[in-house]
Amino acid sequence: MRLTLHVWRQAGPRAAGHFVRYDVADATPDMSFLELLDVLNQQLIARREEPIAFDHDCREGICGACGMVINGRPHGPRRATTTCQFPVLKDLVVDRSAFDRVIQAGGFISVRTGSAPEANAVAVPKPDAERAMDAAACIGCGACVAACPNASAMLFVAAKVSHLGLLPQGQPERGSRVVNMVAQMDAEGFGACTNHGECMTACPKEISIDFIARLNRDYLKAVVRHPLSVVRGDGGGNG
Amino acid sequence: MELRARLPSGPLPEKWQRHRAEIKLVNPANKLKRRIIVVGSGLAGASAAASLAELGYAVSCFCFQDSPRRAHSIAAQGGINAAKNYQNDGDSAFRLFYDTIKGGDFRSREANVYRLAEISASIIDQCTAQGVPFAREYGGQLANRSFGGVQVSRTFYARGQTGQQLLLGAYQALSRHIGIGKVKMYPRTEMLDLVVVDGRARGIVVRSLVDGAVSTHVGDAVVLATGGYSNVYYLSTNAKGCNVTAIWRAHKRGAAFANPCFTQIHPTCIPATGQHQSKLTLMSESLRNDGRIWVPKRKGDARPPHEIPEDERDYYLERLYPSYGNLAPRDIASRRAKEVCDEGRGVGSGGGGGGHGVYLDLRDAIARLGRRVIAERYGNLFEMYERITGESPFQRPMRIYPAPHYTMGGLWVDYNLMTTVDGLYAIGEANFSDHGANRLGASALMQGLADGYFILPYTIGDYLAQAKLAPLDAAHPEVRRTEAEVSERVARLLAVGGRRSVDTFHRELGRLMWDKCGMSRNAAGLREAMQRIRVLRDEFWSDVYVAGKGADLNQALEHAGRVADFFEFAELMCHDALHREESCGCHFREEHQTPEGEAKRDDERFGYVAAWEFRGVGEPAVLHKEPLEFETVHLAQRSYK
Repeated sequence: MRLTLHVWRQAGPRAAGHFVRYDVADATPDMSFLELLDVLNQQLIARREEPIAFDHDCREGICGACGMVINGRPHGPRRATTTCQFPVLKDLVVDRSAFDRVIQAGGFISVRTGSAPEANAVAVPKPDAERAMDAAACIGCGACVAACPNASAMLFVAAKVSHLGLLPQGQPERGSRVVNMVAQMDAEGFGACTNHGECMTACPKEISIDFIARLNRDYLKAVVRHPLSVVRGDGGGNG
Repeated sequence: MELRARLPSGPLPEKWQRHRAEIKLVNPANKLKRRIIVVGSGLAGASAAASLAELGYAVSCFCFQDSPRRAHSIAAQGGINAAKNYQNDGDSAFRLFYDTIKGGDFRSREANVYRLAEISASIIDQCTAQGVPFAREYGGQLANRSFGGVQVSRTFYARGQTGQQLLLGAYQALSRHIGIGKVKMYPRTEMLDLVVVDGRARGIVVRSLVDGAVSTHVGDAVVLATGGYSNVYYLSTNAKGCNVTAIWRAHKRGAAFANPCFTQIHPTCIPATGQHQSKLTLMSESLRNDGRIWVPKRKGDARPPHEIPEDERDYYLERLYPSYGNLAPRDIASRRAKEVCDEGRGVGSGGGGGGHGVYLDLRDAIARLGRRVIAERYGNLFEMYERITGESPFQRPMRIYPAPHYTMGGLWVDYNLMTTVDGLYAIGEANFSDHGANRLGASALMQGLADGYFILPYTIGDYLAQAKLAPLDAAHPEVRRTEAEVSERVARLLAVGGRRSVDTFHRELGRLMWDKCGMSRNAAGLREAMQRIRVLRDEFWSDVYVAGKGADLNQALEHAGRVADFFEFAELMCHDALHREESCGCHFREEHQTPEGEAKRDDERFGYVAAWEFRGVGEPAVLHKEPLEFETVHLAQRSYK
């Protein structure tokens, strides 16, 4: 099988980028797209050209490292590119550290190591646990941001807010969490959500935009109930 | 080099308590002044970094991925063991301990394994409190499932994404401390050497994977949580980036490497297809709960599975091991799969029989429990399988074959998890201590988190409270020397300018290791492998071509450095396999087997941990033996029949 690829090449964060055309003559149907890039890179190396840089690691859809935009869609047409709305470091490698900073702002439950109560002391209704798991399945790949015309990170943030907010353990910080995470998301320069729903279509884990509605509800409750106390560090309201 | 295991005295169940009461504590005010370097952000690294920061230490954490959340722990599917006895089926810390010791074929330390079993319950408490969405029963209580080598149900899980959820829990705890400035996180940064000053680990030399800058970070202790080395085989279930570099460089600086030949081949992976295959995908062992493994009785039987009648199928694990059946431990399940395929009874996508695969069939479970229940238990695994093979496990039995997955060997550590270099610790898969010659399913997550949350944060204090550490800065001659060596090696890789890509060398090495030091080994093969590794290594250093520059994002260069280390390490692995003239757990020496083809241990001659001391590349490593003393369990031939 012969495939023609137009690949974004960019030498560094400040360099100008452009598409380069490559032909891969010996592609086979059992290759993954990443393997196709491997094969192309071997050809480039044989020609003494610099191989294409791209992020990848687990190659089984769980680590979230890959996620390049293929034919206009993050992760390609079969659900979910460079997640092109993040800054490019080189070729197809982008900087998604903004996601880490959003989590650092509140995407956790504060619990000291060793001070946890017996695990079965708090029963969690199965449907709640399942729903929390649906949200927790996010792999942080950034496809939602790449797909969104506004480059909004709402689906990513909503997934974490919902995962923790659906569980009893997440209640004490529910208010402060959503407010702080949204504040950090805004500070990172992500756009606003205008309900296009592209994120959900691009999400490789099929995370629902229902969670965005949950985030909005939680956010509103938190700022209405505790307009002043929800800033980072003081524990916040309980939503 | 002296191996001092520092095992506490007293009866087994009291050792850890006693040890904890005796080890030295660091004054809270002094903790602020102590900097601990943690390399790796998987379950062990992230949980350790978060817990150490919480105790008040200054922590620097490093990972090569773009975010700590992507460490390979994330890919663990099936579950995590804990002796909670929630199912009231007779589980206890002792039983988990015994299962683990036996599963490891009596090649691990009693005291370490007992501690692991004891701590296991607290891990579930901790993770639940963090918001890990474990599976629940309808009453809201935590659910369990069974795993191989065990007759109780003690595995906790979050769909088929248990590793992901546990890692995100630890990542979130870590993120909280990064957010408040207690941990300084360095993503896309790879450790390339260890700085040892006056016999103590004092820092690491790293290379930024964004701009290629080489720099040194100094501290009071170094913790390696850098995972295992299955990628020495090239094709494995490990992520592409997983490597031996950090622990190998530490080994070259004085840390003994223990039992490198103990590598686990996981029985249930999707068989390889095509020559471009870049990695293998695991199918969780949890499928063996409800799946039955079989091959046709007749050689070369090319009929599709549904046309093979019941009495012409060989459910070989059920036949050979009636009491454990499909839940036989991993080493046995893998070996038996290889055996039936070597007999020509394997199944494959091409039809015609003689393939490298066996069926994992959930037909009976689907009939018994209904499609909905099976979809709920294994939905995401089925989906992953279908995406890769184009076949639905609801319609057609899955095809599986063993693949390298986990390495029990690693840096030798004492009971405090400290290596033979003072102030250098190894935790998680990077150390050797708890799984002996074979790891049971759902125990890696348990061990990573036990080390990171509950052991290292205590034991590291014992060293820091006593060590007299002079202040150290980047101008120290030892720091400069190590940094210069790293830069020189990077330059050397780029300067070879040969004809072959790094990848071709890695593939060739991997193939060799798989053939000669994989699922079964023999003396002649191992000697041949060592010979060929040396030839190949010389060829690598004279004919490799690494494109690009050093001061840049350069993935070919990263890979080259890792493969260069695999070449050195592979020789030690074969050397260890050759010296261990017995079969135990995953280490199967063809010369040592019972008439039924079971592993034949030799406790008399090999009841020890083999810890190797580095003497130079190409020089034979020096063997140090740590005898394994069993005070509580009776050494027996493992039987799962």
